[in-house]
Amino acid sequence: MSEKTEPDVKNSANGSAKPTSPNADLKSEFAAFLDYAPAPESSEDAEIKQRYHHFINGTFTEPVKQRYFKSINPATEEVLSEFAEGTSEDVDAAVKAARRAYDKVWSKLSGKERGKYIFRIARMIQERSKELAIVESMDGGKPIRESRDVDVPLAAAYFFYYAGWADKLKYAFPGKTPESIGVCGQIIPWNFPLLMLSWKIAPALAAGNTVVLKPAETTPLTALKFAEICRDAGLPDGVVNIVTGAGQTGAAIVDHPDVNKIAFTGSTEVGKIIQKSLAGTAKKYTLELGGKGPNIVYEDAPLDQAVEGVINAIFFNQGHVCCAGSRLFVQEGIADELIEKLKARMESLIVGDPLDKNTDIGAINSKMQFEKIEKYIQIGKNEGAEFYQTTCDLPKNGYFCRPTLFTGVSQSNRVVQEEIFGPVLTIQTFRTPQEAIEKANNTPYGLASGVWTDKGSKIFETGKAVRSGVMWSNTYNKFDPTSPFGGYKESGIGREGGLHGLYPYVNLEH
Amino acid sequence: MSTTVYDYNETIPIDTVGVIERVGRLNSRSIKKESKLAGLKLALSMIDHTTLEGKDSKGKVEQLCSKAKMPYALIPDLPSVAAVCVYPSMIAIAKKALQGSSVKVASVATSFPSGMSNLSIKLNETKYAVEQGADEIDMVISRGEFLKGNYSYVYDEIASVKEACGDAHLKVILETGELETLGNVRKASDLAMHAGADFIKTSTGKVSPAATQPVTLVMLEAIRDFHTKTGTMIGMKPAGGIRKAKEALQYLVIVKETLGSGWLTPNYFRFGASSLTNDILLQIVKQETGVYQSLNYFSND
Repeated sequence: MSEKTEPDVKNSANGSAKPTSPNADLKSEFAAFLDYAPAPESSEDAEIKQRYHHFINGTFTEPVKQRYFKSINPATEEVLSEFAEGTSEDVDAAVKAARRAYDKVWSKLSGKERGKYIFRIARMIQERSKELAIVESMDGGKPIRESRDVDVPLAAAYFFYYAGWADKLKYAFPGKTPESIGVCGQIIPWNFPLLMLSWKIAPALAAGNTVVLKPAETTPLTALKFAEICRDAGLPDGVVNIVTGAGQTGAAIVDHPDVNKIAFTGSTEVGKIIQKSLAGTAKKYTLELGGKGPNIVYEDAPLDQAVEGVINAIFFNQGHVCCAGSRLFVQEGIADELIEKLKARMESLIVGDPLDKNTDIGAINSKMQFEKIEKYIQIGKNEGAEFYQTTCDLPKNGYFCRPTLFTGVSQSNRVVQEEIFGPVLTIQTFRTPQEAIEKANNTPYGLASGVWTDKGSKIFETGKAVRSGVMWSNTYNKFDPTSPFGGYKESGIGREGGLHGLYPYVNLEH
Repeated sequence: MSTTVYDYNETIPIDTVGVIERVGRLNSRSIKKESKLAGLKLALSMIDHTTLEGKDSKGKVEQLCSKAKMPYALIPDLPSVAAVCVYPSMIAIAKKALQGSSVKVASVATSFPSGMSNLSIKLNETKYAVEQGADEIDMVISRGEFLKGNYSYVYDEIASVKEACGDAHLKVILETGELETLGNVRKASDLAMHAGADFIKTSTGKVSPAATQPVTLVMLEAIRDFHTKTGTMIGMKPAGGIRKAKEALQYLVIVKETLGSGWLTPNYFRFGASSLTNDILLQIVKQETGVYQSLNYFSND
């Protein structure tokens, strides 16, 4: 039966087979297997209201100035919902609620009781995981595979982990008396909305603080869903307050005189502004900023797994990852083979509907970010780098970007120096470990890095020499609540996660 | 046949954790509706319907062949399976039973399953199987020699059996359950392909674990690299332990995304299995009618 038919393109199940595609030679009777049939998660399983208000003092509260932003689904460019624009009046109301809750309730509860609430929140995140994953993908554009398998389970895990610390704080800081610090202002980014919320809120609550949190203006919905969870969990009013809005709302939180601590995750540019406005105040702060992670592949690396790791390092979450391995360094002897394998593997990445379970790369988070990535791709081309993109089809609407490589780039290129925050990888070669380390460190950033080799000693030598908060060896983008995360240099100040993640939320002086 | 001695130092390192993670990600592909049906039929057409038991008889083999030709009479346009796989003494019976059909006869040889005999006996057995009419020979490698580092012995043995095969296709069984590490699997795959294998195959089915997806992925990557370097397409056959249609679809996804659709044909990919056929049929009937049929309606042979 193998000789019988020529590929019949017209008859392919969804009409999308291309004669030029690598699959075109397959017999038509099985062709439907080649382009996986759509397997979308149903958006009906998630309720999204037409309009959301701030969550202040345990209730959803209309903004004082009655102004609303629109939240766009970046995969369709359609409006998903409206959410309140927070002004300084709203922020003030939220901080007052948080202060009241701190003074009257939360700081007086025992660690064991606090832990009960946090455990309950963690369980409710698990119970509503499907809904949260769908909303996260619709609001932010990330593939459901990632929101379902990474974002939401990890968010729950961070709450579980810090819930466990709530009644054990004196063991976390032996010989000291940890005290809560008060009201924490927290500003989170759009790349991992719910996960970043959990990194911030879980340790704050465990240590006995109350919270005013502002999600990013392109992705407020899961934070508001989380507000519903806090309400349903019976968390005392005012312990968690969510104020939505853009940069000005964030500034109002940072500048509020009754906030004791600021935690910010976002761009280095905004981080510097925050640091300036905090100078001279008594507020504690942690900043989790940008990165331009070097991913170093030595010639004795497990090559196929390294290719997979490079893919995970840069194309995870459309490259919207502060710790993304966006600078690939390959030892010259294996560079050609690795790049060839990388291109072949990239060709199998499916770019499209974030709600489809087979999608590998979803939508770019916003129009603004999409234009920024396009701008950098143009810069790379103008700088003379060799440009490569995969050939996959893109949906007609929405902000989508094909996986992109720049080879033949050098340290002096802007695409190598500046954070693009998109699915764009630069590839440089090196000859000796010394050279790789020197180039890896030649950046204002120092958040994360990767090393690939079959030799353990090389891993440790490289790990010692590269200045970054995290180094993954023979893997990339692995997160765990027990592991601290944070940056050197302009990638940030302070650590989140693990025992270290409790420090910013306690006073040890007394 | 290449006369250059293969340098096993060329074999690239394998990171087991990474391989398992990659398999996990491939398993998360969601195969639905028309893709699922097409995949199930494709899997059916790739089965080496197998019986390798000391108690095999004429009657058993004839029944197996009947099922191989027409897996499910109620849906007559289903593809037949790729081959029937038997011991050498059963080749003639299978050959006769399959006359006029497209189903091939595969035979194990070379002192299957252990391979613990000398080369001339193995070559004689291979020649006997070919004379009996086997289209495909499934040989085993000498795992003991491989594990003690005597790679050239294993290489030469495969090359000699290949020569004895003549026009018959050679599948080389690595018995990965005895090689134990994925690094060994990769090395044995490279070695077998350079020595002349047309197919590389995971297991005899007599050793546990038999085929696993991580092992299969490593072998497929070896096949891909061999193709990149030489332009020659080598086939792949996971065998033993694959019982469910869902697993079969997972294997097909791994093949598609590692090697591309060029390998998604019985010419280059086979399942060595016996009970897989019925589960695939069950699922095909489910896809076509919307309801699960009772297992009593599928023949056991």
